[in-house]
Amino acid sequence: MLSLVTRAAGVWGRLRRACSGAALLCPQPWMEKCPADHVVFSSPYSSHKKEKLDTSIFPVENIRNFSIIAHVDHGKSTLADRLLEITGTIAKTDQNKQVLDKLQVERERGITVKAQTASLFYSYEGMNYLLNLIDTPGHVDFSYEVSRSLSACQGVILVVDANEGIQAQTMANFYLAFEAQLAIIPVINKIDLKNADPERVEKQIEKLFDISKDECIRISAKLGTNVEKVLQEVIEKVPAPSVNISDPLKALVFDSTFDHYRGVIANIALFGGEVQKGHKIVSAHTRKTYEVNEVGILTPNEQPTHKLYAGQVGYLIAGMKEVTEAQIGDTLYLHKQPVEPLPGFKSAKPMVFAGMYPVDQSEYNNLKSAIEKLTLNDSSVTVHRDSSLALGAGWRLGFLGLLHLEVFNQRLEQEYNASVILTAPTVPYKAVLSSAKLKKEHGKEEITVINPAEFPDKSSVSEYLEPTVLGTIITPDEYIGKIITLCQTRRAVQKDMVYIDEHRVMLKYIFPLNEIVVDFYDALKSLSSGYASFDYEDAGYQAADLVKMDILLNGNSVEELGTVVHKDKAYAVGKAMCERLKDAIPRQLFEIAIQAALGSKVIARETVKAYRKNVVAKCYGGDITRKMKLLKRQAEGKKKMRKIGNVEVPKDAFISVLKRQSEK
Amino acid sequence: MAAPGWRHPRARLAAALRSLRAARQHRARQPSRAEPLQAALYVHWPYCQKRCSYCNFNTYIPRGLDEESVRSCLSREAQTLIRLSQVQRISSVFFGGGTPSLASPLTIAAVLETVSRCTHLAADAEVTLEANPTSASASRLAGFQASGVNRLSIGIQSLDDAELRLLGRNHMADEALGTLEEAKKLFPGRTSVDLIFGLPGQSVSSWARGLEELLQLCDDHVSLYQLTLERGTSLFKQVQRGSLPVPKQEVVAEMYESAREMLRDVGFRQYEVSNFARNGALSTHNLSYWQGSQYIGVGPGAHGRFVPRAHGESLREARIQTLEPDSWMKEVLACGHGTRKQTVLSQLEVLEEVLVLGLRMDIGITHQHWLQFATSLSLWDVFGTSEEVKELEDQGLLLLDNRGLRCSWKGLAVLDSLLLTLLNQLQKSWEDRTAHRT
Repeated sequence: MLSLVTRAAGVWGRLRRACSGAALLCPQPWMEKCPADHVVFSSPYSSHKKEKLDTSIFPVENIRNFSIIAHVDHGKSTLADRLLEITGTIAKTDQNKQVLDKLQVERERGITVKAQTASLFYSYEGMNYLLNLIDTPGHVDFSYEVSRSLSACQGVILVVDANEGIQAQTMANFYLAFEAQLAIIPVINKIDLKNADPERVEKQIEKLFDISKDECIRISAKLGTNVEKVLQEVIEKVPAPSVNISDPLKALVFDSTFDHYRGVIANIALFGGEVQKGHKIVSAHTRKTYEVNEVGILTPNEQPTHKLYAGQVGYLIAGMKEVTEAQIGDTLYLHKQPVEPLPGFKSAKPMVFAGMYPVDQSEYNNLKSAIEKLTLNDSSVTVHRDSSLALGAGWRLGFLGLLHLEVFNQRLEQEYNASVILTAPTVPYKAVLSSAKLKKEHGKEEITVINPAEFPDKSSVSEYLEPTVLGTIITPDEYIGKIITLCQTRRAVQKDMVYIDEHRVMLKYIFPLNEIVVDFYDALKSLSSGYASFDYEDAGYQAADLVKMDILLNGNSVEELGTVVHKDKAYAVGKAMCERLKDAIPRQLFEIAIQAALGSKVIARETVKAYRKNVVAKCYGGDITRKMKLLKRQAEGKKKMRKIGNVEVPKDAFISVLKRQSEK
Repeated sequence: MAAPGWRHPRARLAAALRSLRAARQHRARQPSRAEPLQAALYVHWPYCQKRCSYCNFNTYIPRGLDEESVRSCLSREAQTLIRLSQVQRISSVFFGGGTPSLASPLTIAAVLETVSRCTHLAADAEVTLEANPTSASASRLAGFQASGVNRLSIGIQSLDDAELRLLGRNHMADEALGTLEEAKKLFPGRTSVDLIFGLPGQSVSSWARGLEELLQLCDDHVSLYQLTLERGTSLFKQVQRGSLPVPKQEVVAEMYESAREMLRDVGFRQYEVSNFARNGALSTHNLSYWQGSQYIGVGPGAHGRFVPRAHGESLREARIQTLEPDSWMKEVLACGHGTRKQTVLSQLEVLEEVLVLGLRMDIGITHQHWLQFATSLSLWDVFGTSEEVKELEDQGLLLLDNRGLRCSWKGLAVLDSLLLTLLNQLQKSWEDRTAHRT
């Protein structure tokens, strides 16, 4: 039960009460019964005590701010559980499993989506320390969040699985920490496993990260082996934050969540000064002023304190109504005492777009409210209303990456019981305009194209650009051949290939983003029997030979099926779309030509033959009722079909073409 | 049952006059509806010796059948429902099943006698019996004839023994031809044969050969049915499992087309989607379904469409009798009939049935035919201005002219597709008219 003593549990519990129960699918109904402030803690600082904690007892030199970073499933969350137990932050029970991973999808996928933070109290060699564990999202889609979380830290625990060794995400995480010049504590986890080979992993760490193997701590987070040593290393190796209480307030927002009763709760790290209830603060990004209602630390639920001081990490509530008012990376300062904002702030930039439609239009409002609730806590999802002639009213959503999209969809389904049609993801292309008229129309030379219908013609464009990523693949060497072939079919360009030990290879490729958004990860996993790992980071835009492909039914273009593809891929994509349509469009009274065309040039064609016989042979007394029922149902269905020229297309046909294909 | 003194002809006349007046008043109130005071009668015999592999009808393999009880229940229900309908005459009787040729001629005679007692059954009214070759020896056929049957429909289905086995029939081709021979002697010009096409594994040429052979021997009426794989049948399961091939749409269409042509070439008129006749040997009973006439269904699971005038109703009802024979019998004994479900049909629903059924005939729906059911909404009103109907006409599938609305030769084969457009158009016109009136 204690695993629920969390901020998120409270938030979701309240959310559930706030909306109609049936719309929500909550796997833990007892959540409601334990709102955060009524739970008994084993920690002496727990929130059931009414008096506020005085954090001034921790001087800056006794504070350590750190993160745990790791590849998926290497044991980050289990290690966090042990650290919370050792420090008495949570009671030690068998039920502490991934305490900081609250969401069902996090537990199912073994990933962290929404970072959690916990302040730990620890005595070491006669001194009391305040250790702030700043959890980070575990995937590159959230690399911006990771980088902001890391900027609140001075050190990281880099966890590597003793059996799997360094994986693609380990690399990405290491570089983020390394670039931020953080102290790195390498930890080799799962040494209790039968196949554990910590020596091999130490060699990899030495080779790739240039960290002496003597520095590695071998642990079993599951059994608690050597975990105490990790804490001690944090105190020894991670420097205290170098800040000054006498400076004006300078606080970094590194995360934010939404609470229905209290509004936005911003997680902050103080780089200077102090903050308390009643202070007037300003957001450097929005320039809006707020009065602070409450400050406190996270243990990991909110625990109010009198003040937060430079070097400390905690939360702040100041009457912000939307998460967009507390954007990750923003700097807060005191009214009339402006400071230089902390560097590195960016607004979230969606890189993968997908259409989302209710399966049944009558569900539109329910879905709308579910999306609104989910985005309350995730300002990085962009939402634009959209409507498709075939799928009805819906939205075009922008996500940081593929996993972000999947997580969002899964949360809608699991937490809100919403059933949606999600269209195949697309990426934002750019066009450099050559036509003076278009330049004037757009007021700029380079435009971003998200909707294929707005894709400008080649004649008025000097160059098209597509987003790319730098992908890292780490794989046992027996799969190299297949992986290289896969990458080549995805138009990827190899940048690097090194052996990280005798049997494992790290490959680096520049990929066009649209080549990996659909099914790359699944393909990679299946051809490597699950052994290859993949991660990627933004690598900017590159020129690309893009074309707009139209789908024609008996010569009439179907607007919602228009798509932007690379010229080399047009035939394969067009053929696949035509084939899928052929299977989904029922026979009609005339032949139907399904064509994929680039401009006036047809590149693929399928034919649906005309009905020659479509009449039920037998129709006497007893059959009439049944036949009437059938015909009337079909006639109703016919009314709902979309007419393209004279061709009637059922909604299912659009869905089968537009929907994300998980197979193949 | 408000039909006192039904035995006395004058009393019967009085009752008829009452009904007629009621009908006139009714016509005055609802000018679009006018049910003539007659109906066709369908009698369901639910038993078979063996279930065919393709059949999902309401049939039972009886154990220790008490035919006398069945007989009296069929008669009792016929009497109840005929009185309920207050029809003045029964235009035709059809004994279907199941395998009604398994019934005793006594049963057939008993039902017909009841009908004649309750209402008028003309001496020359068509009385058809469905016969299965194994249960239709010459002597039995003569017995049926003596009981009043004057038309026979023989379930030959195929002249290929392997196909017959596949269909789960319990007769062989030879037996079928023997029965046909006998039937033609007893019911010259009034013997029909049923054939099934589109069997798994059947080719267009093997089908054509079988039909060719039959055409040498058959009488003046042929019914051709495309095999439909019905859920729950053993044939459906075999095809699902993959142990039998699925008949290809194209091949089946070709079979139908070639059969239509072959029959036309030897002088048969395709007067309905699946029915062919020469020398004017059309089945009047089945025609009455397609013309949207009233019919009364008697026996387990039988369907009916009639106005229960004895209850003072004026709208037609769709009625279904209880399916399971034993339960049905109990209900008939308890309340005179085993009607399990009765649904009042709206005027629009009746028109929809008239449309769907009428277009199955080669003559389609004449203006007079339509106006019997919709006095104030002509075929022209409904379909004359529709763009989509015009498209179908332009494609050569449908005709709307001074005779009425009907399918072309090509259109008849794809009628179900045409009907979707026509049903939607009818619904729209009906709603427009209703909105206009209110």
